[in-house]
Formats: sequence, C-alpha cells, structure tokens
Amino acid sequence: MKILVCISHVPDTTSKINFTDGDTKFDTNGVQFVINPNDEFGLTRAMWFKEKQGASVAVVNVGGAETEPTLRKALAIGADNAIRVNTEATDSFAVAKQLAKVVSDGGYDLVIAGRESIDYNGGMVPGMLAAMLDANYITNCIGLEVDGTSAKAIREIDGGKETVSTSLPLVIGGQKGLVEESDLRIPNMRGIMMARKKPLTVLEPIDANAETKAVSFVKPAPKGAVKLVDADNIDELVSLLHNEAKVI
Amino acid sequence: MSIIVYTESENGKLKKTALEVVSYAKAIADQMSTTVTAVAINADNTESLGNYGASKVLSIKNDALNTFNAKSYAAAIEQAAKQEDAKVVIVSSSADSKYLAPLLAVGLNAGYVSNVVEAPSSVSPFTVKRSAFTNKAFANTEITTDVKVVGLSNNSFGLVESGESTSVEDFSPSLPEPDVTVESVDKATDKVSIADAEIVVSGGRGLKGPENWGMIEELAEILGAATACSKPVSDLGWRPHSEHVGQTGKPVASNLYIAIGISGAIQHLAGINSSKVKVVINTDPEAPFFKAADYGVVGDAFEVVPKLIEKLKAFKAQNA
Repeated sequence: MKILVCISHVPDTTSKINFTDGDTKFDTNGVQFVINPNDEFGLTRAMWFKEKQGASVAVVNVGGAETEPTLRKALAIGADNAIRVNTEATDSFAVAKQLAKVVSDGGYDLVIAGRESIDYNGGMVPGMLAAMLDANYITNCIGLEVDGTSAKAIREIDGGKETVSTSLPLVIGGQKGLVEESDLRIPNMRGIMMARKKPLTVLEPIDANAETKAVSFVKPAPKGAVKLVDADNIDELVSLLHNEAKVI
Repeated sequence: MSIIVYTESENGKLKKTALEVVSYAKAIADQMSTTVTAVAINADNTESLGNYGASKVLSIKNDALNTFNAKSYAAAIEQAAKQEDAKVVIVSSSADSKYLAPLLAVGLNAGYVSNVVEAPSSVSPFTVKRSAFTNKAFANTEITTDVKVVGLSNNSFGLVESGESTSVEDFSPSLPEPDVTVESVDKATDKVSIADAEIVVSGGRGLKGPENWGMIEELAEILGAATACSKPVSDLGWRPHSEHVGQTGKPVASNLYIAIGISGAIQHLAGINSSKVKVVINTDPEAPFFKAADYGVVGDAFEVVPKLIEKLKAFKAQNA
C-alpha cells in the first residue's frame, strides 16, 4: 500500500496571533511552526501501517522552502520520503489541485490529511482532493483499518460516532483518535540523522487559481473585565445569567 | 437565480441550524434582491421554513438517503443548485454539512468559505467574515468564483423570523453510488451534542477525578446542556475524546459556556472563544480563564456547583 500523508505547516498552538502589512498578512515573527496536530495523528497511524503492513509512507506539503524543517520532522518520525510543491498555499482549492496532481502521478492508494489545519481551520482540502480524484472520502476519522483494498473506519458525528466500510483509493480527514496522544512520537537522534539523508523532492506547481482570498484579518475586540460573584451568593450568578446575559 | 440553502433534519425533524441557515440565506437574498430556496432531504413540515424566509422548498424523499452519505447528499444539493441557477449556496457547520460542502463546491466549480460568522459585508465583490486561527482572529474573505458556497458557523447568526409564503415542490435528483457504507451508528439519543448545544458545561482537572463528574452531568441536565471537558481530562481518559474542546478538539459556539475547574490554557480559550457568554468557577483567582470570562466565581467547585444546581432548580421551578 502506498500512503501519502499531507502535512500542513502551522503555528504552534501556543502562538500569539498577529498580523502585518495593514492586517493583510499573518505575522510569522517569533512564531514556532509545527506539523498540524490533526496531520500528526494521521502520520502516526501511517507509521503503524508501515510497520505492521509494510506500507510505504510519503509526506507532502504545498509551500515555500520555509516549510522544509516541518517535512524533515515528518521524515524523522519515520516517513520514507517527502515532497514539497514549491508554491504559496493561497487557498484550499489551489492546494487541493496541487495535491491531486501529486496523488495521481504517484499512484497512492491512501491519502491521509488532517480534518482541518489549526491555522485556517477550513476543513476543505481532503474533501476537495477526494472530489478531484473521484476517490472515496471519510472525514472526522477517529479509527482506520485497511485489509487489502477494503477499509473500515470510524467517523465522529455530532453526538456520537459511526462505523463505516469503504475501499481504496481513499482520502481521509484525520484527527485525534486515529491514534492516541500518547502514541505520538518525538523524533530521536537516529531518526533525525536518517531524516537528513531521506529524499525531499521539490516539485514545481501546476496552474491552479485560488477561488478565495483573505483580504484582511481582524482580532476579536478586547474583552471587558470579568464580573466576579461571591461564592456565597450564587443567587446573584443565576440572576445575572437570566436578567443581564439572558442565556437561561 | 435564487439562493440555495441546505436545511438539515434528523429523523424527519428539521434541526435548529436549518432555521438559522435559512434566516441567514434570507439576509443575503435581500442584499442580492433575490429569493431563498431550501433543499430538504427526507424532512417533514418543510413549509415551516417559510417562517424564516424560504419562499420555495425542494423536498427530496428517497429511502436511499435515510443514512447520510456525503457524496450522495452533495450530488442532490448540487443538482438542486444547478436547476435553480443558484449563485450562492449556504450550508451549516454541522459535522455532516462540513463533510459534504467541499464535494459540493468542487461539483459546482464554486469557491467555498467555512466558519462564516456574519452576513456578507459586500455581495460584489462577495466578502464574508470567517473565524480563523481557531477563533484567535477573523479573516475577511472574498470569494472570486461565479458560484459561491458559504458554511455558516452554528449559533453565529441566530434565528430571524420573516413570514414568506412557501411552495413545497418534490425534487428527485439522480444519485451516485455511495462511496461509503454505514455499518453501525453509536449515538446517545438522550443527550445534547456539543455542536447542537446552546449551553455547554465543561469540567477540567480541578475536578480531581472522573468519579466527580456526577455534578457536572446533573448541572448539564438541569440546563439542557451538553457536557464537555479540557484536553488534560480527555488525555487522562477521565472523559471521552469526543468531549474535548479546544484547538485540537472541538470548537464550541454556544450561548453559554460554563467552565468548572479549568484554568484556561490558550488552546482551550481559543476553542471556546466563539461562545457568547462564559462563566468560570475556579479556586485560583489568577487562573487565565478569569481574563476571558464574563462572569467568575472564585471558589471550590465542590462547594459552588452543588449550590448552583440547587439555585437553578429553584429558578427552573419558579419559571416553569
């Protein structure tokens, strides 16, 4: 089985979010970038398929050279090779177009992306990619088994989960549950050394126009001070929630 | 050239988010001087969508659609949009709508923006405000394609009544073979899901152990709320992952969020930022959550929560 794991290069979850150029660009100054957490759960599940079922695992990112350390980290975790499509990730549609070309040229059976990236939270790339490839598609995926060309997965739904069956070729939008937090791997020294020697191929992009454009960013308005209620006066809290906030 | 809106239902009953997306579609229709056509799948009483602004309903009744399949549902909505020559298609932010929307967008050659929180600031160019960076910011985003798909963030627009007279028409799209077969569904039918909840009661490590969740569940039951938890609590296995809210868990956009024994890590606060009113109960007055909350109680959860339960019971009895 040939697996491709899509890796988004995103600000660490502790990052303070700021903008520059008249609030039109994300300010990367002082920001640590990491593998998108939803993608990392998928990558770790892919490692399981590699070790238990002999799958090959490639990782891919659409982005500039600044994303290569993130791809190298994925190699250090255990991916066999990496691909970078050398273009700015302008919107989900354009990224999905680039990925669709990589998938069809590479003949991958299983594509694992994150349910969404934690920066733009679009949740669109895996679905668009599946539609472009006419591949089967499951998102919010919290469990995945593959046997030959058939697959069984668990999808989180609002208020529960469902077990589904499908077949390869398949695109997955993964999240925590594909593996547990405790299964995530911190690259060791050997992994990091080996990652330096693993192939990282840079591909030139195909023509793909974005369909959406972020014209400006705004931060939420600063919050007013908290209204403290005495622990011995919970009546007041109930009254505030009813009369002032009008939420009960 | 009407606006198409997909109105979700469960066991035939229209969901509250269906009424919200119709209200939202009506606001855009007014901006564009057109009308709203709702697409409903195996739903009853669809003429009631007129109360929120739909002047036409395309009602699909087909047993093959009794179980949700993103590909089939997307194909059905796509055909409705093409029949009506729709330029704008609106969906909600439910798990199912977010699943089908990218397929629908590709099928319609439409640009798609999800997590939209307001009516468009302009319809030409078509510009909407969406949350980004897990609610740490918003992006004003332009959709440049002829046809647009907009995913509305739940609970962001609310319900707006506007009496339209509605005509309900049968619609029979041709369906593709489903790509995925549902084997079994595991869903608590008596509990409110976090996505649908107007009130969420959430517990953190301050509760000391899973055996202490009884009072959280009791509080949630009185309020008709969903229960949720912080990341450490789900990592420790005290509560299921599906309850984890925050940047790597679920986003919460409820009207009221009550955080009990949660200190307020930046990732947690990001995930619940879209909730309208936040209440924190914590022993530590320095906990970061107090900076993000509207109302706070400095105190021990094991004393405050039982009192709150008692007062709310009295309140409910009085206002019943």
